[in-house]
Amino acid sequence: MIAYSPYLLEGLGVTIALSLCSILLSVALGLVAASARLSRSPWLQRLAVGYTTIARGIPDLVLMMLLYFGGQVLLNWLGALTGLWSYVVLNQFIAGVLAIGFIFGAYMSETFRGAYLSIPRGMIEAGISVGMTRTKLFSRIIWPQLVRYALPGFTNIWLTLMKSTALVSVIGLEDIVYSGSAAGRATRQPFDFMLVALFAYLALTILSDVGLRVLERRYTRGVVRGVGA
Amino acid sequence: MSGLVDAIRAFSTNSSPLDFWLVFQNWGLFWTGLQNTLILLVVSLTVGGVIAVPLAIVRATRAPVLNPLAYGFIYLIRGTPLLVQLYIIYYGLGQFEAVRNSPAWMVLKDPWWCALIAFSISTSAYTAEIFRAAIVDTPRGEVEAAIAAGMSGGLAMRRIILPSAFRRALLAYGNEVIFNLQTTTLASTVTVIDVLGAARLLNNNYYLAAEGFLTAAVIYIAIVLIITRIFRALERRFFRHLQQS
Repeated sequence: MIAYSPYLLEGLGVTIALSLCSILLSVALGLVAASARLSRSPWLQRLAVGYTTIARGIPDLVLMMLLYFGGQVLLNWLGALTGLWSYVVLNQFIAGVLAIGFIFGAYMSETFRGAYLSIPRGMIEAGISVGMTRTKLFSRIIWPQLVRYALPGFTNIWLTLMKSTALVSVIGLEDIVYSGSAAGRATRQPFDFMLVALFAYLALTILSDVGLRVLERRYTRGVVRGVGA
Repeated sequence: MSGLVDAIRAFSTNSSPLDFWLVFQNWGLFWTGLQNTLILLVVSLTVGGVIAVPLAIVRATRAPVLNPLAYGFIYLIRGTPLLVQLYIIYYGLGQFEAVRNSPAWMVLKDPWWCALIAFSISTSAYTAEIFRAAIVDTPRGEVEAAIAAGMSGGLAMRRIILPSAFRRALLAYGNEVIFNLQTTTLASTVTVIDVLGAARLLNNNYYLAAEGFLTAAVIYIAIVLIITRIFRALERRFFRHLQQS
């Protein structure tokens, strides 16, 4: 078991890196989709609704395999058609980030939309009336409150996302699940090594749970609650 | 007529970027997959639901000794990936000779049963938390009315609190069903032929990149839409008294 610990730690590193990259992509996609949904253009709204419907309907493993196997062919077909690039290999890490980011972006957009709608209109109007520019309005009034209202949803999405990264082991990325089951096969101790992987995830969950709760307390500082204060 | 069919087939194999004819020819494979997916979904939801109710009651009533145990179980299941849980059951348990020699091995060596066990345990934990929240949210007046009518704790739970809680849990439970459908795709990682398993088989057999997965995606989205419809109908039925006419 100890002999395999560097290999397992490497796998854990991949899991963490993959989770962080995916959450960044999903936040970006979520912000874009939420603002499209909140925009006045009916086409943008329809596009955003279509995106959330598809992303929440496709199981993550299906999308991941479609992107990994299908995306490869599509890329090379496009390359051959346009002559811009020759044979390329889509690696598992990118396929994983794209698939997970795409799916969780849809959940993120719903969280952001709900959070934006929770910001009292009067505050935004107050910002406009004191002559704030759009960027200043966003950075001083909208963003801090968006974070506060979106944090509970964000925490849930992050916890789910982290567990979803386990699926990349199926397309062959050497994350903690992959290294755990490989080590388990090699030593004929699959139970012990999978248990290590299980507790690694549990530790990540507990850490994020505690960390994000501290952050939540920081952002809700100064909020007077009507109930339970 | 056959000329048209031949033309479609020729177009599908030679010119179309996606060989849809091949998918159509292999519909039997996807039909098997669909049956497995739906059976796994329905049975795991049923078993999970049955386990979830006592768990939720224990959590909601903060029963001594049992509540921390239930909470630990739920936290462990919800805090770790289902894939790892499935691997532990399917690949892991065989490590122990005692398990291999026990009668339970008949079930545990079969990937289909392992998938069913893992899915049932997983959905029971998520469902228990949904039910717990719904039980805790029972209006105080309903509980007081039950006590005033002379109901015992168990009777009030059975006749008043649970029916009212199930109704409140409906929305969140609908999401859990959809979530559970998506997690059944993990069955394909332990060689069960569900819809995704059928897709992987088709792609492997014909050396295809996308056709099988696209078909699977369409099937899953269709099932999600049907589940959404069903829950919307249920909502209309159970929340009729709250609707404005």
